[in-house]
Amino acid sequence: MSVILGLLLVLLLAVPASAQELTLSVAVSMKEAVEEIGALFVTAHPGVTLRHNFGASGDLQKQIEAGAPVDVFVSAAARQMDELEAKRLIAGATRRPFARNVLVVIAPADSRVDVSRPDALLDAKVTRIAIGNPKTVPVGQYAEESLRALGIWDRVRSKLVFAENVRQVLDYVNRGEVDAGFVYTTDAATRAGRVKEAFRPSEDTYRPVVYPVAVVAGSRRQALATELVHLLVSPEGQAVLRRRGFQPSPAGAR
Amino acid sequence: MSAESWSALSLSIRVAVLATVLNALVGIPLAYVLARRKFFGKTLLDLLVTLPLVLPPTVTGFYLIVLLGRRGWLGAPLYEATGWTVAFTWWAAVIAATVMALPLLVRTARAAIESVDRDLERAAHTLGRSELRTALEVTLPLARNGILAGLVLAFARALGEFGATLMLAGNIPGRTTTVPLAIYTAVQTGESGEVLSLVLLLTLLSGVVLVLAGRLGARAT
Repeated sequence: MSVILGLLLVLLLAVPASAQELTLSVAVSMKEAVEEIGALFVTAHPGVTLRHNFGASGDLQKQIEAGAPVDVFVSAAARQMDELEAKRLIAGATRRPFARNVLVVIAPADSRVDVSRPDALLDAKVTRIAIGNPKTVPVGQYAEESLRALGIWDRVRSKLVFAENVRQVLDYVNRGEVDAGFVYTTDAATRAGRVKEAFRPSEDTYRPVVYPVAVVAGSRRQALATELVHLLVSPEGQAVLRRRGFQPSPAGAR
Repeated sequence: MSAESWSALSLSIRVAVLATVLNALVGIPLAYVLARRKFFGKTLLDLLVTLPLVLPPTVTGFYLIVLLGRRGWLGAPLYEATGWTVAFTWWAAVIAATVMALPLLVRTARAAIESVDRDLERAAHTLGRSELRTALEVTLPLARNGILAGLVLAFARALGEFGATLMLAGNIPGRTTTVPLAIYTAVQTGESGEVLSLVLLLTLLSGVVLVLAGRLGARAT
């Protein structure tokens, strides 16, 4: 008897303390918004614990491809989600576009270097411009598209400093290590006072910044994860996003 | 190997060679002073030099930014005066590698210097040699193998430096992307096949270095 009880105890201990746990891989530009919506989710689902894994969408994508135990993926661009969907690594039916963002060029708040328009980036006084590494960071991909459309990509290339994610760009500008950086308007808002908006690249110079969310195919909590996706697109979730400066996803986006 | 791999390799070698030279210039006198002199603040100096060995490289990188960043204690006056900042240049990679490698040289060289028979130094003194000449003609030549082993280890450490380099120098292809950073980026972007040769090369090189340092170390004792 005691042997059976002992075995039961071992089994009980082997189960994670919180049986209802969701792991979210989230594009870091969505950090505060998803944390806030996640708190709403936890309130509505007592006993559920959320684990957040923030990073560049491209890095998060590679982690999922490598088999990371993730339940929900929030990407800052369709591309990373498309690649996962093509490999059937996300549950395609659960995919929803749920927010939109806008690119902005920022400068240190106390900077005396003029970067108020795209041409100013070519000025010799501007020595360093931070963008996300276009290979893995969506905001870097959008920045590259915009700089190419503006016809100045080749001429600013030698000034570019690549960051591992959008918040690193923000940090480089915040610390005054660079003269300008490409981030989203919502990121700039998190460091108001330390960084200032220099200019917004015309929105026809880059693809719309749309955030898709989906349940990861390998998730063992499909139903719970799908509920979280639904909360993001619900009026409640959208209200949080709007307050954080995100725009609604445009019609027809994926 | 791709053009990017070659560029990373040539940068890494330049960084490691320069860091080893700086290590020799700073580290050997430092090791001698720590081994043979008593002075105020010796424990603190020893601690400062050794800390990068045990601290997470990101912490060392953080201190380097605080010190050398555009708004750093030394970085700000430098930027005001010259308009130049070390961060995000290949000099940043050299400085990060130097600081991270220094404890390996200093500890190895210090142990070698301490094991030199003091009677030989005293004999040189009684024969009228100054301390500097004694150090150069007696102590350091006798500790030669230990010092060389330290330099070899420092070179390997500089070649492999990642964390502090990433923080101070960033990861700028062609400018600050050393071999470890190139490997990191390649894995992040799912192109690890591209850098497989770099992975093998770095492993081989580090293995050779360990054997070399071991042999030199064995001869030193």
